[in-house]
Amino acid sequence: MEAHNNHDEHNDGHIAEAHHPSYGINILVWIGLLSLTAITVSVAGVNLGGLALTVALLIATIKSLFVMNFFMHVKFDNKVVKIFIGICMLVFVIVLILTFFDLTFRF
Amino acid sequence: MANGTIAAPAAEVDFYHVKGRHKGLLSWLLTTDHKRIGIMYLTVMSVFFLTAMTFGVLMRLEMLSPGETIMSAQTYNSLFTLHGVIMIFLFIIPGIPAVFGNFFLPIQIGAMDVQFPRLNLLSWYLYIIGGALAIFSLFGGGGWVDTGWTFYVPYSVRTTTNVSLSVFAAFVLGFSSILTGLNFITTIHRLRCPGMTFFRMPLFIWSIYATSWIQVLATPVVGITLVLIILERAFGIGVFDPTLGGDPILYQHLFWIYSHPAVYIMILPAMGVVSEIIPTFARKPIFGYVPIAISSLAIALVGYLVWGHHMFSSGISDTSRVIFSLLTFIVALPSGIKVFNWVATLYKGSIEMTAPMLYAMLFLFIFSIGGLTGLVLGALNTDLHVTDTYFVVAHFHYVMFGGMGIIFFASIHYWFPKMFGKMYNEKMAKVAAYIIGIGFNTLYFPMFIMGYMGMPRRYYDYLPEFQVYHLISTVGSWILVSGILIMVANLLSGLRNGSKAPSNPWGGTTLEWTVPSPPPLLNFDQIPTVDHGPYEHPEIAKRKEIKDE
Repeated sequence: MEAHNNHDEHNDGHIAEAHHPSYGINILVWIGLLSLTAITVSVAGVNLGGLALTVALLIATIKSLFVMNFFMHVKFDNKVVKIFIGICMLVFVIVLILTFFDLTFRF
Repeated sequence: MANGTIAAPAAEVDFYHVKGRHKGLLSWLLTTDHKRIGIMYLTVMSVFFLTAMTFGVLMRLEMLSPGETIMSAQTYNSLFTLHGVIMIFLFIIPGIPAVFGNFFLPIQIGAMDVQFPRLNLLSWYLYIIGGALAIFSLFGGGGWVDTGWTFYVPYSVRTTTNVSLSVFAAFVLGFSSILTGLNFITTIHRLRCPGMTFFRMPLFIWSIYATSWIQVLATPVVGITLVLIILERAFGIGVFDPTLGGDPILYQHLFWIYSHPAVYIMILPAMGVVSEIIPTFARKPIFGYVPIAISSLAIALVGYLVWGHHMFSSGISDTSRVIFSLLTFIVALPSGIKVFNWVATLYKGSIEMTAPMLYAMLFLFIFSIGGLTGLVLGALNTDLHVTDTYFVVAHFHYVMFGGMGIIFFASIHYWFPKMFGKMYNEKMAKVAAYIIGIGFNTLYFPMFIMGYMGMPRRYYDYLPEFQVYHLISTVGSWILVSGILIMVANLLSGLRNGSKAPSNPWGGTTLEWTVPSPPPLLNFDQIPTVDHGPYEHPEIAKRKEIKDE
């Protein structure tokens, strides 16, 4: 069945392989993620008031970007996949904003 | 590809009779043929539907008179939960995409199968495992779940009934839904035949495409939410518990972030089927193809942003109440576009009132009432008056059963000849459709009046002034069930004794009507090439040609 698109798949596979991140980069990203986790835990102990949530979300966003781009290979993938993931992220952000319309103005 | 090694010339033999690696039951259970998987979904789903319908009838019997009639309050609570869980998670949400999407999506786009046939079979198994877990949860410790299908906290965390297993069942079913959506999106992008551009796809495919996106984007949210309930029950982590810094309204947000888009998972494919049936039986190209196609995507997008209207009386902020109310009114626009275009298609058409068309017309009538009463619930002031009353129950059933349920019946009548290669008794099918229409409105319309008068939902008892409405409603349930049983008997009789169906009994114009009934294993002798839109009737095209000359 997949025979229809063998040509495309070979191309996609070739592109992904050509830009496969090296072990060094993967380990660097991993260390970065661990550091950001440590920062999240440390910041949780500091009284930042209303900023606490913003800081936590900011760190989580940076971590997600690392995971998506390097561990999930989005950075090296083709445009359609990037657009699809962009749509998912956009929907997620809109959902978050709409939820905060409740939380922020509830009391 | 499907069912192991192919031993017969695929184009000659229909998919039921192809000899593969396995025989008998195994040839079904190990198949990767999208058509067989569609039929397996249909079989299991029919059992679930009839079971949940029986629960519904028993609930109506309990409401025949005030006080305890045939069951206790606790049993009633469990019955409405089971009725909801089975109908929503096992029938309405997967219904049309899993059965008719699986069977017809590849054929309508000129493909031999879905992009990932094995993943498709895995989705079916996950569906079966989820369904089995839901049934096991009935017999596990604590007794039948009594939370309602929404599993609202704090009750779902505190009740001693078997919530964790039921919730886990819904979690597994979610995976089935996500994988099916993923498979369909990929299939539509990668396997369209030559010439089948996006704007030459049948509108059923557009609706499945929009639905699949919602399945992929929204279902993970409810998956995580349901896991959080299990964790709350097991470890008391406090995400939803205010005494531990949690927020019970957060549960409602998370639940409805999925479950409102899920309403569109239920209704969009049904709208797609209507867009197939109307041009076929009006003998006209669909009016406003592009607006209908785009409105499917618009409904999917805006429908994602209106979940807060389920929470107007939950204590959310006034700001979000206003925003969600506004967004709710906006989502009515694309739905309206579809309805007006269907009516415009019928205008001056050469209408043939067959059973599928009759169901489609019934849908237009019932869904319009369901849609318009939705505006009463979307407006802040009127919603507060009728919230958690029978008005909501009536609206919900007019939209869900009147929308997806009736169109499921329409679909099975429309595609029955293609799926099984047999014809059913048309006259009996129409009789059943009329009885279903009368029964449906007798059952659910009194609920609007009761709800407006203040009859609360989910109570097994009521004040005597509501009895006349409950009585009418219960009688309606008997009429409706009679119609459904006649319909099922007629289809089964057609399956057994029906005359052989031609390849195109209705004069349809989409690709499934170009292949034999039932289709061969690989659907087509050769992958077709498409050079025109999906609803160009040959007689109209000829007339146009003559005019041009």
